[in-house]
Amino acid sequence: MTTKLLEVNNLKQYFPIKGGILGRTINQVKAVDDISFYVNEGETLSIVGESGCGKSTTGRAILRLDKPTSGEVIFQGEDLLSINQRKMRKKRKDLQIIFQDPYASINPRQTVRQILDEAMDIQNVVPKPERLDRMMELLQTVGLGSHQLDRFPHEFSGGQRQRIGIARALAVNPKFIICDESVSALDVSIQAQVLNLLKQLQRDLNLTYLFISHDLGVVRHISDRVAVMYLGKVVEIGEKEAIFDNPKHPYTKSLLSAIPVPNPRKQKERIILKGDVPSPINPPSGCRFHTRCPFASDICETVTPELRQTNSMEGTHTAACHFIEEIESGRKHPSY
Amino acid sequence: MIQFIIRRILQTVPVLLGVTILVFFMMHLIPGDPAQVIAGEAANEEQVEQMRERLGLNDPLYVQYGTYLMNALQGDLGDSIRSGREVTAEVSSRFWVTFELAFYSTLLSIFIGLIAGIISAVRQYTFSDVGIMIAALFGLSMPNFWLGLMLMQYFSLNLGWLPVSGWGTPDRIILPVLALGTAGAAIIARMTRSSMLEVISQDYIRTARAKGVKEKYVIYKHALKNAMIPVVTVIGLEFGTLLGGAVLTETVFSINGLGRYIVESIGARDFPVVQGSVLVIALVFVIVNLLVDISYRFLNKRIDFN
Repeated sequence: MTTKLLEVNNLKQYFPIKGGILGRTINQVKAVDDISFYVNEGETLSIVGESGCGKSTTGRAILRLDKPTSGEVIFQGEDLLSINQRKMRKKRKDLQIIFQDPYASINPRQTVRQILDEAMDIQNVVPKPERLDRMMELLQTVGLGSHQLDRFPHEFSGGQRQRIGIARALAVNPKFIICDESVSALDVSIQAQVLNLLKQLQRDLNLTYLFISHDLGVVRHISDRVAVMYLGKVVEIGEKEAIFDNPKHPYTKSLLSAIPVPNPRKQKERIILKGDVPSPINPPSGCRFHTRCPFASDICETVTPELRQTNSMEGTHTAACHFIEEIESGRKHPSY
Repeated sequence: MIQFIIRRILQTVPVLLGVTILVFFMMHLIPGDPAQVIAGEAANEEQVEQMRERLGLNDPLYVQYGTYLMNALQGDLGDSIRSGREVTAEVSSRFWVTFELAFYSTLLSIFIGLIAGIISAVRQYTFSDVGIMIAALFGLSMPNFWLGLMLMQYFSLNLGWLPVSGWGTPDRIILPVLALGTAGAAIIARMTRSSMLEVISQDYIRTARAKGVKEKYVIYKHALKNAMIPVVTVIGLEFGTLLGGAVLTETVFSINGLGRYIVESIGARDFPVVQGSVLVIALVFVIVNLLVDISYRFLNKRIDFN
């Protein structure tokens, strides 16, 4: 029986654009616009999508690192967005984040010891006398030597720094970790090491991940379920196999067709979208993808499609498109 | 660390030597004859010539410079042409007045500037931010002598709270320090703001928040310390500028400081005094910059002096 550890309901994150001499809000960037999903305990849900689609914003909103405009983030039955600052600080013990850029995400003035100690001190997870042992253990867990405890971040390589970031996140024994593009800044061989480390930690410590990435290969390797985002909306979500082998949304299809196939003789069908991603300031009405969708009809411009399941979809697989059946049966033809 | 300090101190030697050469020859390029000034308008040619001989002004320039340098190395900066007293004594009494003035002004600038800059950065684009930045613009744009006059008009003449001029007692210190420190406060506020904004948007600030660090500590411990390097640089430069640039404020408040003394001495072609004063200011400036350099080590762990 799987239980939902985290549930996101109707989350919206709008950023005001201020202008004029009085600094009035003249417009909004709708970075995340009314999305809902859940993450089961012990699983990895990946959010994929291109730059600017709201992946990272979603992660930050869940942790209240930005102030979400509206919505609910229910973690173990409690809405994180409605509790007060102090309670939220305590809650941070259970929810941690590993950032993208290992060069920017650790304070250059702190040694590894200070970085780890601060986290444990604030959340009071380990009594003081045992902290040193715990730090050694953490370093070992992420594959660093205990002799590196008193070094500053600049004395480490990128991969090692990312390990420090992971050790830091683990220091407070979290249940849920958001990996915000956590491996994209690393080179491929290190990526694999870190990914395997994350997977192993998940098994050992029963961690739940929200894995934010634009790298579909990485996502395929690590996820249980995948959510595809486009311009602040979830367009398709479901089990990894369903998304990769049986994508329903035209955007997901085109996104997946961009994965390079390591076989030079294999002809693959590449779906090239026309135009650019529209600006999230005043995004397109109706289905946000209609300006670039080869199947777009009049209804797409006016009615926003909801996530729904059709007969040909299995498990928890849902997609937000008006014409799933029509496209599938060939009744609707692309306009390119 | 100690090696670094010694190396830096040795580096100051050519700097100071350069200062003496520059000032010495520049003073002699200025038209005007100190002998004539001392002997007075009424003196005849013979008396002026005698005076020149006595002051050693008839020797070739390089001989004069050599003598000056040898004496300076032994701590003797010569005698003032005007008063006949030792330059070291004359300069040091006035130097401490100016030093105090610059020191308190810098303290005030740091205090106001840092607080204002931090508030401004933390509350970017709010009413307080805009207000502080407009105030900073005014602070930067006001000439300090004018501000001094306005302060004097209001606090001394209208309200009668503080004395108009002078130096030494706490109530006399307030107005000149305010007049001199305002511009520095404005510069430091702007510098702190921009530096803090840069740091606050960094991921490691988010990391600190994600750890659950209290906002107060996020700002002071994680953000401010990382934002301090450019601010400290500006503070060092500000202090140096104040040392040499307090002339107008000293004049407005009739403070018997070094700046005013130098200006008067230039007018009187009192070479030894000008040379001595500039040398002292250069020395202090060099020391302040050395301190700034050393502080970098504590602010940025990546800087390793060895």
